[in-house]
Amino acid sequence: MDDARPATVSRSLFGDFVARSRAAGRLVVQPRMGFGEPQVMRDGLTAVKAARATTIGTVTLDSYTRVGDLDAARKALDEGADINGYPIVTHGLATNRKLVEDLLAPDFPIQVRHGSARPQDIIAASLRAGLDATEGGPVSYCLPYGRISLRDSVRNWEESCALMTAARAHGAEPHVETFGGCMLGQLCPPSMLVAISLLEGLFFHRHGVRSISLSYAQQTHADQDRGAIRALRRLARQFLPDADWHVVVYTYMGVYPRTGAGARLLLEQSVDIAVRTGAERLIVKTAAEAHRIATVEENIQALETAAAADRRVRATGPLPADSDDLTDTDGDDFTDDPDAQEILDEATSVITAVLALSEDPGAALTAAFAHGLLDVPYCLHADNMGRTRSYIDRDGRLRWSRTGSLPFRAAGRTTDATDMTAADLLGALSRVQRSFDRAADLGVPPGHVQLIN
Amino acid sequence: MTSHSALDIVVSGTESDSHTWNLVYLQLLLEGWGHRVENLGPCVAGRDIVERYAYRAPDLIVLSSVNGHGESDGLRAVAALRASRELAGTPVVIGGKLGTHGTADLARGENSPGAVARRLREAGFTAVFLEPVDLGAFEEFVGSVVPRHGRAARQALQTTPA
Ligand code: B12
Repeated sequence: MDDARPATVSRSLFGDFVARSRAAGRLVVQPRMGFGEPQVMRDGLTAVKAARATTIGTVTLDSYTRVGDLDAARKALDEGADINGYPIVTHGLATNRKLVEDLLAPDFPIQVRHGSARPQDIIAASLRAGLDATEGGPVSYCLPYGRISLRDSVRNWEESCALMTAARAHGAEPHVETFGGCMLGQLCPPSMLVAISLLEGLFFHRHGVRSISLSYAQQTHADQDRGAIRALRRLARQFLPDADWHVVVYTYMGVYPRTGAGARLLLEQSVDIAVRTGAERLIVKTAAEAHRIATVEENIQALETAAAADRRVRATGPLPADSDDLTDTDGDDFTDDPDAQEILDEATSVITAVLALSEDPGAALTAAFAHGLLDVPYCLHADNMGRTRSYIDRDGRLRWSRTGSLPFRAAGRTTDATDMTAADLLGALSRVQRSFDRAADLGVPPGHVQLIN
Repeated sequence: MTSHSALDIVVSGTESDSHTWNLVYLQLLLEGWGHRVENLGPCVAGRDIVERYAYRAPDLIVLSSVNGHGESDGLRAVAALRASRELAGTPVVIGGKLGTHGTADLARGENSPGAVARRLREAGFTAVFLEPVDLGAFEEFVGSVVPRHGRAARQALQTTPA
């Protein structure tokens, strides 16, 4: 399939590396790593490249740069203060080039992760340093991240896509990963994550990006997560037939286990989910997640743990999902998989309703939030309608308790529409944490951990 | 003026911090204790709070930050609040994960929780609640805050000659 492409179309370094790793039967693993000091950041990238795992490097940016407060970033650097990421705009071209010199290569792509709804100068600074792989989206880098309006975020991301595609003139081939599979990190039901991730992928594609990854963040129940990823792949085949796409799974993005063993078990469970659904790439979490910014060593440990888990899962025999993409035809129901079917049905309703609003994907997304066709539970952003709610069911699945104006009904299920107290909320937010800390103690193997109450 | 009277409380994130579950949690917690809460959401600068609340005089301002920039964001916020004539006397607290070093092994010397809390109090915070947060202490603190009407009455008593 790839060979049929005209030779003149350059391939994304990032997308290519992932495709080659997939063909070799290896999960690509990647950290969420970012440090303010260029030397520390470079040492981190060097260690990631050398790790015993199939890795891609990450430069995660600091919060000042994310919100565009470059004065604060400058001041923090001048004072040698600790910041939570790498301020790429403030460091400037010479430092950024040195950061990745002799590291960035076809066998070691590097991605910039930033969480900004106004990313133009971040994208420009990245491209100048030769970094043409990034992450985000007009919705997923807006609603969970601050006060910029959705309308402005859409325009900013359109401009960012234009910057990226223009960089082709200088030999770049941009890759963009949607962050839509992780709205607020926790308590957003899988069908909404799948729908937003896909819609953001479509947005990027319409704006000229050809190499795209679609994200999905591990939630509360392994079967439900596997179903979500199957549904996402089905939708990607249907809606992005001529893009170079892959699926990236995020190890749990909510309140993380406190113990080292619990943290590792949750990471290994995410590997199991990813590998068994044919996902190509995984972004890991470290044992320090619940507590503080992880050190380089803790990141390497997490990457190597994930790589070892990948080998173990593959050693158990052929993976059912390996053949999934070939045998799966768009018309079929997932008769063997009620989780996948339910998520596919809900996500399809949402995607179809949103795309009917406008030819222009950005305008469609903005209108969809205004009408509540997209509505993220517990999101405080002014452009989110806020009429939906979710809960974790007794069996550990994440469900809707109120669907507001979403274009489907969560029918036939017990809905728990009572208002949450602070203790209820904390209980729901920390259920994964408690369950995995406990399961690690009991020796439950990854892939089989169920939530306790 | 009893410790049980309902307070008007502003809950807010700090300038560079986008986390919101902490804010939703604090709102529910304070409402559960019987207070009225306005939740400003994430990424709010001290000057924005001054602009919005100078003439509405809340009884208590609660800042929360977990992204690791809490100390520097907090110092900037409290400077703006203390510089405003109207809010200079309003109790302001901050809590959460305020640095990037956690509270155990890596948090030593000037990064230790004690040192961070002291700098924030010296800069004008009425109280600081670092993770792991002692909820009992927070509840006690909130219970000790005197509502604005009570404050006004007390000031009037103090300044009116007998
Ligand atoms: C969910 C999450 C996210 C979501 C947030 C979505 C949203 N809109 O809220 C997403 C994925 C978007 C995200 C983004 C980022 N995150 Co984040 N995130 C988390 C995570 C996993 C859970 C936080 C959570 O929801 N907690 C639930 C709430 C209810 O509890 P809490 O926030 O911990 O607060 C408790 C106490 O601290 C206390 N409390 C808090 N404030 C106050 C105030 C007062 C007065 C009192 C009394 C008590 C109190 O009450 C709560 C209950 O006990 C944590 C790690 C973890 N804990 O597992 C990281 C974490 C907080 N994130 C972190 C970081 C750094 C970021 C980013 C900067 C990205 C990056 N560089 O890695 C960006 C933020 C960008 C920005 N501009 O700020 C770091 C902070 C590091 C540090 N402080 O040392 C953490 C600890 C992860 C890590 N180890 O690196 N994040």
